[in-house]
Amino acid sequence: MTEARLLEVEDLRVTFRTPHGPVEAVRGVSFSLGRERLGIVGESGSGKSQTGRALLRLSARNGRVSAKKMVFDGIDLTNASERTMRRIRGARISMIMQDPRYSLNPVVKVGDQIAEAYRIHTGASARKARDRAMEMLETVRIREAGKVYDLYPHQVSGGMGQRVMIAMMLIPEPDVLIADEPTSALDVTVQMQVLALLDDMVRERGMGLVLISHDLNLVASFCDRVMVMYGGRVMEVLEAGRLHEAQHPYTRGLLNCLPSLEHPQHMLPVLTRDAGWLEEAR
Amino acid sequence: MTDTNSAAATGKLPAAPRALRATASALVSLALTFIGLTAITFVIGRVMPADPVLAVVGDRASEEAYQRVFLEMGLDRPIWEQYLTYLGQILTGDFGTSIMTTRPVTEDILRFFPATLELATLATLIGCVIGIPLGVWAAVNQGRWIDHCARVLGLAGYSAPVFWLGMLGLLIFYGNLGWVAGPGRIDIYYDGLVEDPTGVILFDAAWHGEWEIFWNAFSHLILPAGVLGLYALAYIARMTRSFMLDQLGQEYVLAARIKGASEFSVIWRHAFRNVLVQLITIIGLTYASLLEGSVLTETVFAWPGIGQYITTSLFNADMNAVLGGTVVVGICFVGINMLSDLLYRFADPRART
Repeated sequence: MTEARLLEVEDLRVTFRTPHGPVEAVRGVSFSLGRERLGIVGESGSGKSQTGRALLRLSARNGRVSAKKMVFDGIDLTNASERTMRRIRGARISMIMQDPRYSLNPVVKVGDQIAEAYRIHTGASARKARDRAMEMLETVRIREAGKVYDLYPHQVSGGMGQRVMIAMMLIPEPDVLIADEPTSALDVTVQMQVLALLDDMVRERGMGLVLISHDLNLVASFCDRVMVMYGGRVMEVLEAGRLHEAQHPYTRGLLNCLPSLEHPQHMLPVLTRDAGWLEEAR
Repeated sequence: MTDTNSAAATGKLPAAPRALRATASALVSLALTFIGLTAITFVIGRVMPADPVLAVVGDRASEEAYQRVFLEMGLDRPIWEQYLTYLGQILTGDFGTSIMTTRPVTEDILRFFPATLELATLATLIGCVIGIPLGVWAAVNQGRWIDHCARVLGLAGYSAPVFWLGMLGLLIFYGNLGWVAGPGRIDIYYDGLVEDPTGVILFDAAWHGEWEIFWNAFSHLILPAGVLGLYALAYIARMTRSFMLDQLGQEYVLAARIKGASEFSVIWRHAFRNVLVQLITIIGLTYASLLEGSVLTETVFAWPGIGQYITTSLFNADMNAVLGGTVVVGICFVGINMLSDLLYRFADPRART
């Protein structure tokens, strides 16, 4: 990747105030992203989703985000105004969420939700936005876009819901797309279709993609680079093709936990964790 | 044009028959509720120890007169026949004669009910217009001082006795400051000048263009409506706040923010539309309970409403009036529930099945 860096993050930290004292979800994460596909893998609670949300400055109310550096296309995200952030959200950096059953507004027609995303950033007329949303529905391979436009979220299937989500988040043509477990809530057969669609769209538009997942194999086959997270820290960053040459014991441990058809094992090994991985200094 | 196609695809009836079927089933349930309601009031009227004949003829009437009235009222016939007669009378708007006022109960209700309707409607409006934004505002600023203020106001409105608030209000705004008119619906010299077409003075006065009467009636109405409105407001604001907090924590709200929607749009266009669905029921219930007539408020403000009418009738064992009033209140309750069901369908696409 010789292109200019779209996104540079250094020492990102997200801390939540809770009744039981502060909880550090992300603890000093650094990475950069060009127009490439970066995968972030890790277990539940490893801080991968919070890293994604921190980029949009949409952490929960009790969360505090700090970073030595968090720059997107020359804009300092750490102290950008809320107005600037609103102009970036959707239009420049967008995010696809996990489950369309919860991430689409239940009382608004799906087409209108897509059109809204377009209107926010272009100020287009309702009519123009409707036409664009209709085109976008076709782009995400929904047949009979005109009919689907007027459906409500509870009337569409999970796979279709996620296509609507993709259409909604890509209609303003962002530079970076964060996909937070975009296929985890879908049936396995639909998963591949949605991933293929996402792949095409990212390639066609030359976007930077951050794919957050707990599925090592999926990330390895889909991304250029893989960042492995554990306990809010980055364990290692690898070229996706070289995942199997991983050095870090945590990554090795994760890889060993995956059952394989070619080399069946009687019992999968249990991952042993080292408290030292969570230490600050490398 | 593609209506029937899309209906077939989603496995549902086309829009028109669906609406018809919904209306039909609503009407059937209305009829059943009505039969249940009248049966109960009828039974109450029969098991009450008050002798309906004595109530008419008085306790010094001759045995002959007593027997004549007993037969006239059909009390010798089987109970189910009496019920059917009663039902038939109600359906033609005949609730019998009130002993207390010596007028037909229907006529009384037509005089008293509009007063309550006026009061309850304005109180509910006050509750919505102030309570909903207050609840939303409190939820958006959860944990900040405005939230605490709203909660204290809500608690006060909900727990302060209405008669105490009413008397305090009269003392301050009528007695000391003179900003509003005192008890009653209207000043005596305007009384009875406009009575048609509805009996709701504000409406009738506006209808006839009698603005002097309108403002006089309004200045009588605003204090009791404000007191009841505070009660409605407290409840509506509290419910709005908790519904809003729930919705603001939903994923689709985060999705709207990710799209870059403004805070105003996130709150009102996205979250509030979902809150509204739940609020319809709350507002309907509040309105219905206010339409029952709030005896305490009506007593403090000498407001000739249905609550006072029923209560006074009850103390005088005036069963025709009590039953008539109860049926009317019951019908209001059922009617408002049906209306909120309809609105609910309108507001929530998931309920349109």
